[in-house]
Amino acid sequence: MSNMVMSADDVRRAITRIAHEILERQHGPAQLAIVGLQRGGAWLADAITAAIRHIEPSTNVPLGYLDVSMHRDDIGLRPVVPGAISRIDFPVDGATVVLVDDVLYTGRTVRAAMEGINTYGRPRAIQLAVLVDRGHRELPIRPDYVGKNLPTNLVDDVRVASEGVVVTRDGTT
Amino acid sequence: MKHLRSIDELGHDGVVRLLELTTHMVEINSRQVPKVPALRGRTVASLFFEDSTRTRLSFETAAKRLSADTMTFSVSTSSVNKGESLRDTVETITDMGVDAFVVRHKSTGIPWQISDWTDACVVNAGDGWHQHPTQALVDCFTVRQALGRDRFDGLTLTIVGDIKHSRVARSNISAFSMLGANVVLVAPPTLLPPDVSHWPVEVSHRLDEVLHRTDILYMLRLQSERMSQGHVPNLREYAEAFGLDARRVGMLPPGAVLMHPGPMNRGVEMLIDPSTLTNSLIHQQVSNGVSVRMAVLFDLLAGESSASHLAQEAS
Amino acid sequence: MTRPAEVSAVGRVVLKDGTIVDSRGEQRLDVAMENGVVTEVGIELRGDRLVDARGCVVAPGFVDLHAHLREPGKEEAETIETGSRAGAKGGYTALVAMPNTDPPQDSVAVIDFVREQGKRAGLLEVVPSGCITLGRQGEALAPLAELTAAGVRLFTDDGSGVQNELLMRRAMEYARGLGVTLAQHCEVTSLTKGAVMNECQCCTSLGLPGWPSIAEELMVFRDIELARLTGARVHFLHLSTARSVELVRAAKRDGLPITAEVTPHHLSLDDTRLTSFDTVFKVNPPLRSLGDIAALRAGVRDGTIDALATDHAPHPRRDKELSLDQAPPGMLGLETALGVALGVLDVDLVHLVRIMSTQPAAIAGISDRHGRDIEVGAPANVVVFDPDLSWTVSPDSLSSKSRNTPYVGMTLRGKVRHTFFNGVATVLDGDAQR
Repeated sequence: MSNMVMSADDVRRAITRIAHEILERQHGPAQLAIVGLQRGGAWLADAITAAIRHIEPSTNVPLGYLDVSMHRDDIGLRPVVPGAISRIDFPVDGATVVLVDDVLYTGRTVRAAMEGINTYGRPRAIQLAVLVDRGHRELPIRPDYVGKNLPTNLVDDVRVASEGVVVTRDGTT
Repeated sequence: MKHLRSIDELGHDGVVRLLELTTHMVEINSRQVPKVPALRGRTVASLFFEDSTRTRLSFETAAKRLSADTMTFSVSTSSVNKGESLRDTVETITDMGVDAFVVRHKSTGIPWQISDWTDACVVNAGDGWHQHPTQALVDCFTVRQALGRDRFDGLTLTIVGDIKHSRVARSNISAFSMLGANVVLVAPPTLLPPDVSHWPVEVSHRLDEVLHRTDILYMLRLQSERMSQGHVPNLREYAEAFGLDARRVGMLPPGAVLMHPGPMNRGVEMLIDPSTLTNSLIHQQVSNGVSVRMAVLFDLLAGESSASHLAQEAS
Repeated sequence: MTRPAEVSAVGRVVLKDGTIVDSRGEQRLDVAMENGVVTEVGIELRGDRLVDARGCVVAPGFVDLHAHLREPGKEEAETIETGSRAGAKGGYTALVAMPNTDPPQDSVAVIDFVREQGKRAGLLEVVPSGCITLGRQGEALAPLAELTAAGVRLFTDDGSGVQNELLMRRAMEYARGLGVTLAQHCEVTSLTKGAVMNECQCCTSLGLPGWPSIAEELMVFRDIELARLTGARVHFLHLSTARSVELVRAAKRDGLPITAEVTPHHLSLDDTRLTSFDTVFKVNPPLRSLGDIAALRAGVRDGTIDALATDHAPHPRRDKELSLDQAPPGMLGLETALGVALGVLDVDLVHLVRIMSTQPAAIAGISDRHGRDIEVGAPANVVVFDPDLSWTVSPDSLSSKSRNTPYVGMTLRGKVRHTFFNGVATVLDGDAQR
């Protein structure tokens, strides 16, 4: 049984709100940078960056992508097939890096991402933006910016796209 | 248990998979901290029965960048205790808790024999005249990078030199053919293997006749011992017929590239300093070595090839 | 039926319901043996001990022209006793011991030692061969006359061939005067330096130094012509190539006193086996191509090849666990020869007995007591084998001290049930008796 919990419009508005919140939160001259986590967070990072540039066209906000598969903590439990290649071609030292992912769940992907970012340099701060927080954290990770809080069951399947967010219960459609 | 022992055993899909994995590793190597925890807790043992500082360091660096622990055994043949067989050595090291062996030996077949005596993965870093699969992967990756294409259909790879005794040649013939290249071998008859009729190659004894249609010129090293074994009368004659000099470089078509697995024998097969040539890929071959070997180790111990190994561990 | 333990004792032993196969053909008859000789052949014989030979062939015991017993010098691989036991299990009542021992069999002292050890083991007749050259070095002749006086009839430097043409000529002239046979391991060593396998497409891909066929054929040709010149009797050991067979065929047509042998492994295994890198397949001469195998089999069929000889070459496990180029060549052969031969040769049983018993006995100079028709008065050197019994080769069942056989795990057709040496059972129901 499927449920659309966010429509395309809901998604669009959430992205705009997040973009405003990110800009509001910036203090001081630290360089802001957006990093989307491959693969699910890439389109969202693109959209948030576009929104930020629309709100403040004079601000230069570099955009990058990070593949976390090499930093996962479950390597050795199942085979790892890396996703798309990371691309961070701006300096990370001293920057405020906002990690962007579509769904926040156990928190392990974000932990891997933080470790990954540290191999590029030492950011001044790392923040986290997600479209959906579905709960069931296994690590002490919390998002700074959330599109929607969505309590789910472990068996639920959550699909996120610009066209909307769909939750499927019990594997049936 | 999967191994990387020969290009034929790896197969086309395996070659492509490792080349693609290598691009990930190149990116990792470009970071400020070129290190990922992917192989944390794994141990990679280098078992080098032939001197090769460069290849051995390349593998060890690769292992360390993936956060694996390394063990090194450099065994020169004269110091191998006859009483302790190769099997004993392998089993002792395996008992110390090793996940992968990287082996180089002057005898063909050692990686296959070792696989029978250990549960660890075996990576062939060169066995006799037989195979040197990671070198072939480095070479294919370097060409992909330089020419900006994934497949080599329509391109001609010309390998020049002591094909008979070359594991690099054997591995490259397989790998480049798999990716669609035409392969031409150039050597005097005494430096070709007895019967190459079943290989996907063209053979020529005249280098000057094939240069104009060569897109990738691959020079092999000629060891000076070949002269005393009667394969060539003297090195000067060899250099005249098969050495790369400025004239021959000029005969290459525009866009052609030059490669050499190293180390070079100046004055024998290389009569010109390749660092003066813009189309030389020799430096890239060296620098890509670590990335390729990272891809190989990752694939065997954590990636797709590790699946059966992990299933074994879980059960 | 009598239990095995009782049959070793003295008395009249009868082999019941078997089929005698020898030069006269096949006959369904019982065979009685007593005091070391065949005493009666007939139907429904009675005796003190009855041995079941139903469905089996009763033939003169096999004679191996070519076995490496490793004693003296390499007793960790095999001893004369363990090698004899392996031979008995394989149906052999005599075998020619190759002289590449340490010290080599180029002196009467060593010859006598080997013969005595064979007698002490008492499992079959060990016939020592002598070296052609001192120390098998290929430089000076061994004391051939002295060794002949000590009972040697077959001389060879096996392990190596005699490289020097003049020396070989002299050896042949000398041998002709003595009436003995020279056996040659045909290999021109300048062409086979470092070689590990047959020179062919396979060795090209594997990047291994090859052993070209011509290195054998050149010496076969040379020795045939030298035999033509000198009139000596020459026997070719372990021939392996098609061209070698052709050369011998032509020599026989010319009436020259040339004989030849082939091994079971050269009749059954081809060079692609080496792609497994398993050193058990490394042998000298190497395994050859399918074309060579076909020619060897045809050579057996048409009589060009006189004998099946095992070239039984035991090596301890450690020695074979080295790289392909370092491992010593050689494989076991005594216990699997019959099973392999029946599986690959398209010959009738009479012919099989001829190449495994009668002709080798003649070449070894022991026809008075081995390879003889099973008739009254003949020495009781007899093998009883089941030509249809399938069995799988398992390392634990081998009597040899070593285990380097390529047939491990394979199913062969044809197995020895009983072997009798001088009337005494050395093997009963497949088990060694001593």
